[in-house]
Amino acid sequence: MALFEVRNVTVRYGGVTALRSATVTAEPRGIHGLIGPNGAGKSTLFNVATGLVAPSSGHVLLDGEDVTRRSPHARARRGLARTFQQLELFGVLTVRDNLLVAAELHTRRHGDRTDPRRAVEAMLDRMNLSQFGPARADHLPTGIARLVEVARALMTRPKVLLLDEPAAGLIEEETQALGRMLRELAAEGLSIILVEHDMELVMPVCSTVTVLDQGEILASGTPEEIRRNNAVVQAYLGVSAEAAQ
Amino acid sequence: MSEFLTYTIVGLVTAAIYAIAASGLVVTYTTSGVFNIAHGAVGMFGAFVFWQLRWGWNWPAPLALVVVIGVLAPLFGCGVEKLLMRNLADASEATKLAVTIGLLIAMEGAALWIWNPQTARPFPPFYVNNKVSFFGTYVTWTQLITLGTFVLCVLVLWFILYRTRIGIDMRAVVDNRSLLMLVGGNPNRASRLSWILGSSLAAVAGILIAPTLQLSVAPLTLLVINAYAAAIIGRLRSLPYTFVGAAIIGLADSYVVGYLPVSTVNWLQNLPLAIPIIILLIALLLQPHERLRGYIVRRSRESFPVPSYRLSLTGAVILIAVCAALAPVLSTQPLYFASIGLALGVVGLSLVPLLGYAGQISLCQMTFAGVGALAFAHATGGGSLLGLLVAFAIAAIVGLLAAVPAIRLRGLYLALATAAIAELFDSWIFGLPSVTWFGHTLPLFESGAVPIARLSIPGINLTSNRTYLVALAVIFSLIGLLVVTIRRSRFGRALLAMRESQAGSETLGMRTTALKLGVFTLSAGIAGVGGVLLAGVYTQVTPTQFSFLASLPLLLLIMAGGAGTVGGATFGALALGVFGYIGTISTFIYQISQLLPGLVGVGLGKQPNGVAADISASLAKLAARLPGHASERLRLASITPPAGVGGQVSAAGLASPGSAASPSPAHGASPVDGASLPVSASSGEASVPSGGITDAGITLEGRA
Repeated sequence: MALFEVRNVTVRYGGVTALRSATVTAEPRGIHGLIGPNGAGKSTLFNVATGLVAPSSGHVLLDGEDVTRRSPHARARRGLARTFQQLELFGVLTVRDNLLVAAELHTRRHGDRTDPRRAVEAMLDRMNLSQFGPARADHLPTGIARLVEVARALMTRPKVLLLDEPAAGLIEEETQALGRMLRELAAEGLSIILVEHDMELVMPVCSTVTVLDQGEILASGTPEEIRRNNAVVQAYLGVSAEAAQ
Repeated sequence: MSEFLTYTIVGLVTAAIYAIAASGLVVTYTTSGVFNIAHGAVGMFGAFVFWQLRWGWNWPAPLALVVVIGVLAPLFGCGVEKLLMRNLADASEATKLAVTIGLLIAMEGAALWIWNPQTARPFPPFYVNNKVSFFGTYVTWTQLITLGTFVLCVLVLWFILYRTRIGIDMRAVVDNRSLLMLVGGNPNRASRLSWILGSSLAAVAGILIAPTLQLSVAPLTLLVINAYAAAIIGRLRSLPYTFVGAAIIGLADSYVVGYLPVSTVNWLQNLPLAIPIIILLIALLLQPHERLRGYIVRRSRESFPVPSYRLSLTGAVILIAVCAALAPVLSTQPLYFASIGLALGVVGLSLVPLLGYAGQISLCQMTFAGVGALAFAHATGGGSLLGLLVAFAIAAIVGLLAAVPAIRLRGLYLALATAAIAELFDSWIFGLPSVTWFGHTLPLFESGAVPIARLSIPGINLTSNRTYLVALAVIFSLIGLLVVTIRRSRFGRALLAMRESQAGSETLGMRTTALKLGVFTLSAGIAGVGGVLLAGVYTQVTPTQFSFLASLPLLLLIMAGGAGTVGGATFGALALGVFGYIGTISTFIYQISQLLPGLVGVGLGKQPNGVAADISASLAKLAARLPGHASERLRLASITPPAGVGGQVSAAGLASPGSAASPSPAHGASPVDGASLPVSASSGEASVPSGGITDAGITLEGRA
């Protein structure tokens, strides 16, 4: 059984169907890409996964447990963490305190006696964000702010991490470093679902990729399979794969 | 049957008035985004001006009506929009509320100033003796006129909103302000018209309801609050549902008066007064669950520096020293008002964790203070420190109970729910002498004024007003330090995090509901202690000291001082004391002092951080300029990022200007391991998520 699964989830907002019977799974040590055009339902899927939006039907399973009816914080306590496409940093707090809030929510749960402040410093160091520690979160450039959100999510020591366009606003070099970081985290056992437009990041780091279009799963497979998939190319470019070549 | 018909007619007439008032509120709110707490006050003022013209100066009624409703009220609405509301478009919900609360207080003060409340002002109904027979009962002309006016208002509103160009603009503003501007509409014009309509409708409602209520400032100001319930049932958007809401409230009100055995069951006394408020609370509870979303992280205008213990302790010592030095020399009046200021300041401190840290607006802190004072007066161990603890606990429990309905709500709806709770206590519970339930009698305000023993601390004699002032300063300082400790603690960080992004907090594993209940409980407890201390100054307490209207100036002055800081609460306490004292100098100055909190609140739109933040910022600047004082610059330098990033961050207001341009390479700083992230200057500003047009509901994800 998968570590994390969003199973047959349908979401309707009034007359609009944002997701139609979508299934996405994530395995430990895997980086799973979730791509699709704007409005495809990627963030809605994340919102259902983390409990911010209740699905019209379908289930969310985490570590063998059906958490569909659980609150967002209960899911977080079971090891689910996320970042947001539209940033949800604690603007008036410093970067350090942003991470500290997350650390303090979880150190006691993990039963270890490390000082949360020390854990925060280690994380800032690891993400090379130390120099931003005393800066107010809402004073950061967005690229940095996205990295702070990733760092904050990691402070909860999640089993599953959902990243919503973490590379938006990063330059190429930084994107590559982020990719290396994600691989390293996956190697440590983390399961990652990555929503991203930047194919330079998605294709090399992901073990599997799912394509969403207009709320429906268009295709799922290895990056290479997705690259050759006719329906995907058509959805993205409006032409068939052969024509594109 | 005819009795039922009579109650129904009375109910519908009341409903018509509520509907007129509520429709004005809805039109203003939807178009300008400002919920006008002073809507009732505008109606009150309209009624008074009408009285002045019609009965004071004997103008013919039609002329007086045209002047009030057609000229003065629109001018007033126009002025309010232009001078106060236009700058508020992107202010926080609390600031918007504060400005209209300021308006309410200023209008209340002005009305009391112009029309001496001691003079009786009979306000006879229209065509007092005329009535028509209707299925075995009578309908008075006044009732017919009221119903007719309602129909006329509906027709006018319908015509403006659906048949004129500007009406279309007004409806468009509701959907998307930016889009309206793109297609050439003018949101400001639409907003101005909404304030004009709102003021006129408020004046109509005020004039119609004045004959049944008598011409008196507070009831008129507050009774139109009952119309809020109707507006909430209309979800602050839909006029038809607002009218349905008004009908429910009007009829319920009338039937309760007619049929409920209020005179035989003692705790049902006064209940009819509270009916609209109970309906308001229920309507708020039935509001659809707000989707758990934060908002786009923006550069918030508010600042929340972490207070240092050293600074806080210094402040506390100075406050106590000043009070100790002044206590022996002050004359009776200043001593009295200094004590009141400090006691109210403790209630103000209760707002710092709640409003300042957690961002939860409460308009019922004085209610909790009243509960604390009552508990202290009646509880066993009254007068002792144990009694103080009991008062804290009981106020905290009441706060917890009040928070349960409020907890799902945010921003404006939370403010209205707390206003409703305050009104519920004012009009119902604080009005009861005592409550007997299952054979147990719980004493309340008894004959209206309850004598209270002053707090006594073993070994210290507090019966002298001079010692009491010093004791107040000590207690204020201790609670202030407690609040500072909260800010520096895990709890305080969590509160600020929740305030900044509820979605972010929840998805990190924070139980925001428990956190909100916790902070409400703590805050109510502190307010309860403040109530006990205040009662010690008054020596006896009455319900009016703890009314909804008493909460408002306090809230305003604390916000003016800066709700995010203990210094702000201290400023509020000082201002309350000073305003109170200067009011004793002469009647004229007293009148002005009644206006002051309102004017202060109205000024809040300009400086949301409050005065304390301003002062401390200036002090810091001054200190930095002093020769040899390097700490400020050091602090800045220590957070200056390595070069390359410098320019970027400096633009975001972080680094001191001089340090931005050092020429070392961008990513030279110690790479920790292969996966550590280089961070550069170029990431950024260009891709800030744009608000407004681009996400105007076109995409499904994110904000959809």
